[in-house]
Amino acid sequence: MIKVKNLTKYYGKRLAVDNISFEVEKGEIVGLLGPNGAGKTTTMRILTGFLMPTQGQVEIASFDMLSHALEAKRHIGYLPEAVPLYTDMTVRSYLDFVGRLRGLTDQKVKSRIDDVVDICHLEEYVDVIVSKLSKGFRQRVGVAQAIIHEPDVLILDEPTIGIDPIQVAQTRQLIRELGKGRTILISTHILPEVSITCQRVIIINQGKIVAEDRIENLSAMVSGARRIRLEVSGPADKVTDRLRRIKGVQKVNYRMPHHIVETLPQQDLRGQITEAVMQSGWSLLSLESVEMSLEDIFLKLTVHEETDR
Amino acid sequence: MRNAGIIAMKEFKSYLASPMAYVVVGIFLALTGVLFASSSSTYLETSIRGFLQSGVYSLLLLAAVITMRLIAEERKLGTVELLLTAPVRDSEIIAGKFLGSVFLLAVMLVLTFYYPILLKMFGDPDWGAIAAGYLGLFLVGCTALAVGLFASTLTANQIVSAVVAGGILFALWLVGLVAGYLPRVLAGLVNFFSLAFYFPDFVRGVIDTRGVIYYVSLTVLFLFLAVRSLENSRWS
Repeated sequence: MIKVKNLTKYYGKRLAVDNISFEVEKGEIVGLLGPNGAGKTTTMRILTGFLMPTQGQVEIASFDMLSHALEAKRHIGYLPEAVPLYTDMTVRSYLDFVGRLRGLTDQKVKSRIDDVVDICHLEEYVDVIVSKLSKGFRQRVGVAQAIIHEPDVLILDEPTIGIDPIQVAQTRQLIRELGKGRTILISTHILPEVSITCQRVIIINQGKIVAEDRIENLSAMVSGARRIRLEVSGPADKVTDRLRRIKGVQKVNYRMPHHIVETLPQQDLRGQITEAVMQSGWSLLSLESVEMSLEDIFLKLTVHEETDR
Repeated sequence: MRNAGIIAMKEFKSYLASPMAYVVVGIFLALTGVLFASSSSTYLETSIRGFLQSGVYSLLLLAAVITMRLIAEERKLGTVELLLTAPVRDSEIIAGKFLGSVFLLAVMLVLTFYYPILLKMFGDPDWGAIAAGYLGLFLVGCTALAVGLFASTLTANQIVSAVVAGGILFALWLVGLVAGYLPRVLAGLVNFFSLAFYFPDFVRGVIDTRGVIYYVSLTVLFLFLAVRSLENSRWS
């Protein structure tokens, strides 16, 4: 449903999105994950036709966003990061305006307002002026406007940002429900959100895709990779050197006061490490095996090499 | 066209819901009312000249205020993202915004109809001349709204938008003053751009086709510029 090919966007001279390509199939819920400023919002703004790419193609429901913008846009429901609300309107008049603007007929728009108000639990607030609503309810109105025209593609930019934990849980539940029969692309910088709501994740950093896989596969990576954290009383540089020479060790990082050793999956080097430390005449203060979490993978993929000493 | 209508209705409704519109209409009626009354009692004639000559200045000023929010506020609120991602053409957005403000202008002018009605009660006014005067005021008003709408597409700051619009409008109005100092060929060209050049004809009760064409083309030009300016923001 969503096809992105060689997408590049420059803001003046600053490169925001760097030649990314991906596809989202019908019925999939895909998370676009990345730190702040990675290019998530820019990518979504291009997908929805709000911005034009410097280069590359976007296809929504097999309509090209450049040449058939109106047809492509009819298939999209979009919730921008800053919920686009007219603060001087009531919830009902706002939804009415958005519904008509997206092409609903007079009769249809009335029944759809009832539907989305029901789906988003806004019954008590439908005649309240938007400026009187709390952040959480504004977010719900934002979701309601995105689905009012029953779009088959939903693009949600940070839908759970800035709302309280209970509302976050409700919003995630809502997104999962909306995912039935729809294609959803959701951006976030919160990791658990991806594993809760999405089937597949695209990790971007500095405008580039750094990883793309199904959640299960990433989880497999998580359980497969192994880290050992140890504290040694000895000169840090020499300890690092010694640890690096152990067979099977992939990488050694020193983060005061621990050394972190990464090994190949399914390999337990704890014995060898203990032995090496002892033989060098240092004392081993602690040693433990650390499971790699999605968090670690994310950091590994997005943090620069230079900070990764 | 349906989309432009939807946007126009929404704009007009939000004018009716905002105190700003009432202040603008109130000031317009107060200013023109005072000048209508004073000119009518000074010249003892059954014409709306006094109202037209003063009305046009307050209209230029107020058009900048009426239109300043049209796009600038959308940019500030972030709702521009909603508009530009809806299945609507940029030209329909601008047309809708423009029509919404034209409705308000029409309301303002209709509310002044009691000036000629007063004249009718005390004398025998020339209805043709009055209609021509209103047409002239309406045309200048539309041009001013188009200029204001264009200025509103340039910024997210409503004050900046109003100042830019006011600047363009008064430059266009006063450019005619420069014409007196220029050689005849250039003077003709400058007058062609002057917003003030054709207006006195309408005040006298003459509908000059060139005047109508002039104001309509200038309106269309600024609406076109507004569409381009809105489009341009997608490429930034």
